[in-house]
Amino acid sequence: MSEIVRVEHLKKYFPVQKSVLEQLFTRKKKSVRAVDDVTFSIKKGEIFTLAGESGCGKTTTGKLIVRLLKPTSGRIYFKGEDITQLKREELRLLRRKMQIIFQDPYASLNPRMTIGKAIGHPLEIHGLARGEEKKGKVLEVLQKVGLTPPQQFMNLFPHQLSGGQRQRVALGRSIILEPEFMVADEPVSMIDVSLRTTIIDLMLGFRKELGLTYLFVTHDLAVAKYISDRIAIMYLGRIIEIGSKESLFKNPLHPYTKALLSAIPVPEPKKKREVIELKGEVPSAINIPPGCRFSSRCPFKKDECTKTEPELVEAEKDHSVACYLS
Amino acid sequence: MVRIEMKRSMLARIVPGFTSLVKKGPSGQMVIIGMIIVLALVIMTAMGPWIAPHDPSRSGVGRIRIPPNWQFPLGTNHLGQDVLSRTLCGGSIMLQVSALSVLLCFAIGVPLGLFSSYVGGFVDSAFSLVIDAVYAFPGLVIAIAIAAMLGPGVVNMALSIAVVYIPSYFRIVRSQVLSIKELTYVEAARSVGAKWYTILSRYILPNVVPSIVVVITINFADAILTAAGLTFIGLGVTYDIPDWGWDLTNGRTYISSGAWWIIAFPGLMIILLALGFTLIGEGLSELLNPKLQR
Repeated sequence: MSEIVRVEHLKKYFPVQKSVLEQLFTRKKKSVRAVDDVTFSIKKGEIFTLAGESGCGKTTTGKLIVRLLKPTSGRIYFKGEDITQLKREELRLLRRKMQIIFQDPYASLNPRMTIGKAIGHPLEIHGLARGEEKKGKVLEVLQKVGLTPPQQFMNLFPHQLSGGQRQRVALGRSIILEPEFMVADEPVSMIDVSLRTTIIDLMLGFRKELGLTYLFVTHDLAVAKYISDRIAIMYLGRIIEIGSKESLFKNPLHPYTKALLSAIPVPEPKKKREVIELKGEVPSAINIPPGCRFSSRCPFKKDECTKTEPELVEAEKDHSVACYLS
Repeated sequence: MVRIEMKRSMLARIVPGFTSLVKKGPSGQMVIIGMIIVLALVIMTAMGPWIAPHDPSRSGVGRIRIPPNWQFPLGTNHLGQDVLSRTLCGGSIMLQVSALSVLLCFAIGVPLGLFSSYVGGFVDSAFSLVIDAVYAFPGLVIAIAIAAMLGPGVVNMALSIAVVYIPSYFRIVRSQVLSIKELTYVEAARSVGAKWYTILSRYILPNVVPSIVVVITINFADAILTAAGLTFIGLGVTYDIPDWGWDLTNGRTYISSGAWWIIAFPGLMIILLALGFTLIGEGLSELLNPKLQR
């Protein structure tokens, strides 16, 4: 399998507004280090998951890759081509090939545009189809995302649909351009639990049908386990463990990953298992602890952990971890 | 053919819309009452020249300052003009001025607000600074200053009023765009590759329109009062054109001698027209508030 997306030393710092007094008396620039040196690659056809707590930079990473945000530094490659510095017009053409669906289906659709128009609009933007041809394609996509009968949905407005139906519309809007790569930013976290698997199965279907590659962003490890081929665990803007789903779930190496996995509910209440409880809150991304960024909460902390930051090291085949302990 | 169908569908939307306004409770009724008042005054002014019993600009149709009687139902003024005829025809200038000024404000204020806030940064700060400076002055004072510079006339009055109200449009549009452009659906539009003007016209503008409609109606009410104010201090039109504002100016000196009818009826018309627009505006602002929508 060839690689479709590659990210090297990607960083995104958001400047923090300083108060008037601070502006006068301090020179130091404050910034939120949302994504802090992230490197990984995604192979064609796979589902790569970024998992982590809220605020760990996983959504920002997704938006950086589809260039909705401009990276502070680092490189992004799409099919071998460096897309980090693309100009506006080149970027617009690239949008046909990479898409994103957002977490909140209630906010991601224009309230004053009918479903038919919303789904057909990408075709219009790129001048791919008009009139009857466009309508035909829209109907076809509506059918594909399971909004049937499609004619009925064409003229509805978003507020007349449920959350799950809206997410299907958002999915339809993304696939109508037949992209090769899609960032799915927690696409099911705001949808009723009973409908989650249907949406996920729909997405898995498109992977086969259209040859889509997904970057799946989620905080829900159960969903990650269901869908992914490979998983990267993020903590405070950095990947701390990355590996294939099997080896990561079977043999978690980083204490943070172990803690996350031990927090997944298991359907057997009597089964004894080791639970690692984490103390305290995630530190602010403005003041990241020195050394290993997890050291302030790590139950197994050693002296060297607070001195220098550990790099990702391959521990076993297709499984790397950034920790001194393993 | 297509056009006819479009008209029909618009009509089909308006008629049930009107009946559903009644069902929307007090704010819907406010809108309807306001519309009836405004429409009645517009029709009255349009029909004025035909239904007026006397020539409204001819002086000496009767003796001067006759109180209301059978021959002159609303009396005559200090020039012996028929007050009823002048009241029936006197809205024309005011309506023209306010309509023209609203049009001007809309055509300048809305695009400016959209553009400035979408672009952001230095451009936005510069525009906001200038507009806020205009906004800081009392409206009537600016209007008087500009009208005095330009001289009397319908277009000049409209221009001077427009300058006063462009800031309201600009500020409303700007604040709305600032919040809308951060929403996910705008980001989604960017992510499918929409150009900036497509995003502005298809994703942002339609969501700003409800607030603009409210500003328009309130602007109308204010423009009428400002137009009356301008005429009142002599920056409006000349005496041979019937105008409520002019009648107020000249009638006020005779109120001490008991001739109340000269200013009462034109004044009432101004109040009614302003009230009509205010009712529409206030009602709409409540109806179109998405938080109150069912």
